[in-house]
Amino acid sequence: VTKMRTTTMFRRLRESMRAIEMALAGITTLILAAGAVIIMIPLAFMISTSLKDPGQIRSDGNTLIPRTPLTVAINGKDAPLYEVQRPDGVVQMAMIKKAPGGMANFVDPAQPDTVVLLPLAEQTALYQLEIHWGNYVEAVQAMPFFQYLGNTLIVTFVGMIGMLFSSSLVAYGFSRFRARWLDVLFLLLLSTIMLPSQVRLIPLYVFFQNLGWVNTLLPLIVPQFFANAYDVFLLRQFIMTIPLEMDDAARIDGANPLQILLYIILPQARPALVSVAIFHFLYAWNDFYEPLIFLHTRDKWTLAVGLQTFDALYTINTHLIMAVSLLMILPPIILFFLAQRIFTQGVVFSGVKG
Amino acid sequence: MAQQPNTRRSLAWREAMAGYAFIVPWIIGFLVFTVGPMLSSLYFSFTDYNIIDAPRWVGLANYARVFQGVPEYLMSGDPRQLKDPIFWKSLQVTLYFAAMSLPLILVFSFSLAVLLNQKIFGLRIWRSIYFLPSIISGVAVTLLWMRILNPRMGILNTFLRDVVGVNSPPGWLQDPNCAVPALVIMGMWGVGGSMIIYLAGLQGIPTDLYDAAKVDGANAWQSFWNVTFPMMTPVLFYNVVLGLITTFQYFTEVYVATGGAGGPQRATMFYNLYLYQNAFRYFDMGYASTMAWILFIIVLSLTGLIFRSSEAWVYYEGQLRGR
Repeated sequence: VTKMRTTTMFRRLRESMRAIEMALAGITTLILAAGAVIIMIPLAFMISTSLKDPGQIRSDGNTLIPRTPLTVAINGKDAPLYEVQRPDGVVQMAMIKKAPGGMANFVDPAQPDTVVLLPLAEQTALYQLEIHWGNYVEAVQAMPFFQYLGNTLIVTFVGMIGMLFSSSLVAYGFSRFRARWLDVLFLLLLSTIMLPSQVRLIPLYVFFQNLGWVNTLLPLIVPQFFANAYDVFLLRQFIMTIPLEMDDAARIDGANPLQILLYIILPQARPALVSVAIFHFLYAWNDFYEPLIFLHTRDKWTLAVGLQTFDALYTINTHLIMAVSLLMILPPIILFFLAQRIFTQGVVFSGVKG
Repeated sequence: MAQQPNTRRSLAWREAMAGYAFIVPWIIGFLVFTVGPMLSSLYFSFTDYNIIDAPRWVGLANYARVFQGVPEYLMSGDPRQLKDPIFWKSLQVTLYFAAMSLPLILVFSFSLAVLLNQKIFGLRIWRSIYFLPSIISGVAVTLLWMRILNPRMGILNTFLRDVVGVNSPPGWLQDPNCAVPALVIMGMWGVGGSMIIYLAGLQGIPTDLYDAAKVDGANAWQSFWNVTFPMMTPVLFYNVVLGLITTFQYFTEVYVATGGAGGPQRATMFYNLYLYQNAFRYFDMGYASTMAWILFIIVLSLTGLIFRSSEAWVYYEGQLRGR
């Protein structure tokens, strides 16, 4: 009897445990969903603001729907339309004039001469959806957008080519050869990850100025051709996982080290190359500090600097600024959805670049 | 017969030379863009230098500008004793931000990672949503948040007024007392960046450890504290080091949000912003180099400190630890 009772107790316990687990999973999902909504609100706000009429931003800027008051012509003047509570039910009336004490004069559009005095706060204004795609046209015309875009693309992609080229050479050197000083040099390379860039920035500025490179894109591009610690580290870690037998086979076939890199290592390291290319894109696309320091005139600015300056000058044009901001964050977002797996797997080192 | 060792040596030599040859791009870059500039900035830090005229040796004057009056200040608490109160203000602002932001981000991103490591519905969608904001950092995001945090019209204060019922919500970026917390809130949006690192760490924990814990009769809470947490400490540690270093280089957001001024009333005068102002606004390159070297030493010693203290609490798998 005791044994029976224990078994049922255990079964009941197990059942209640399962119920608790299910409940926990449900609560977790709820928390995550609530958080996800909060996380997405700023983005939704950005999208909707970029499509709004500036008038709406001033009057009801926090409505997520781009809209405009519904109006009707009363005696040749546009009057906003309201849903009004009348004794015979809810009817649509136009508000023709505000009156003291929070009241307003309403008329039925069909009989514009019968005026009713009603409290304004109790009536609901009517709106219609109005999406201002034109904000985007206006925004890219309000600033030399395509010039900024061109500069950003040059800095990003020429720099990316330089980074891929140099970092794969260096990563190969650090992963496939035995030499007394290579390990020490690799530690030295790694230690530069912790080095704050400020400690070399001022002399670099002087150096580039003496070369006549300040206010050109060169200070942002040329250093990329000399490899950097993050990308070398990431590539090296990946190359180390490629079996050495493949190198040996190629060497027996008479391949020299450069050919081994080109025909054996690089094709196999493609996932790692794609990762570092993506991280470099994000870094260069968003970078603000160095472009701000090295680029002085409008024709040289990248999107980041151009957008910041535009905001400093025309900050009240929220709709235009949000439109350009959205254009600027769109490429990273698209890239994110195209290469989600790379982001969620290889991202461990991305945060440190800068 | 006598040639064999020679050949072997020359083979090893050729391999070494090939290795060095491949890393030449980095060596050149390291010398030209790192070692050279570092030594120069060390030299500049002992000079008065405005880019136009040649650097003029002033010895320790720049360092004196930072540290003179510090003992008196510590005694009296009167910032007027300091030769450069703004330097100390910038250090204070930076540490204040770090003290608020780092623990918050740690707690939120780690909890998120733990939640997102469960078997629940729509996992990949949740992960993507939380991670997304962290890849679109920078100018555009700051411009967006400046509008969200607008005291009068911003969506946050409208929410606080109309839904929560706060009569006079904070002035955020326009109020000296709330400006740093406002930047912390803004930074919290990018919490997905460290979340994904923790998630990768959580997924790297071998499942047999959990199985073993279950066999030993551990409940979910116990297996979290005795398996998950100790296994995660290296990642936690890595993120703390990184977060601290990043805070000392915090720049873009505060530059955009305050137009490079660090206002209101220097409430957001971050260390790196003040350094930038000295270098590229006042062209006081000597003093800016001094600040850069002090920053370097701070970062170095913080890193060293955490590395050393980590032995006590960071757990690496395979490492035996007595009880």
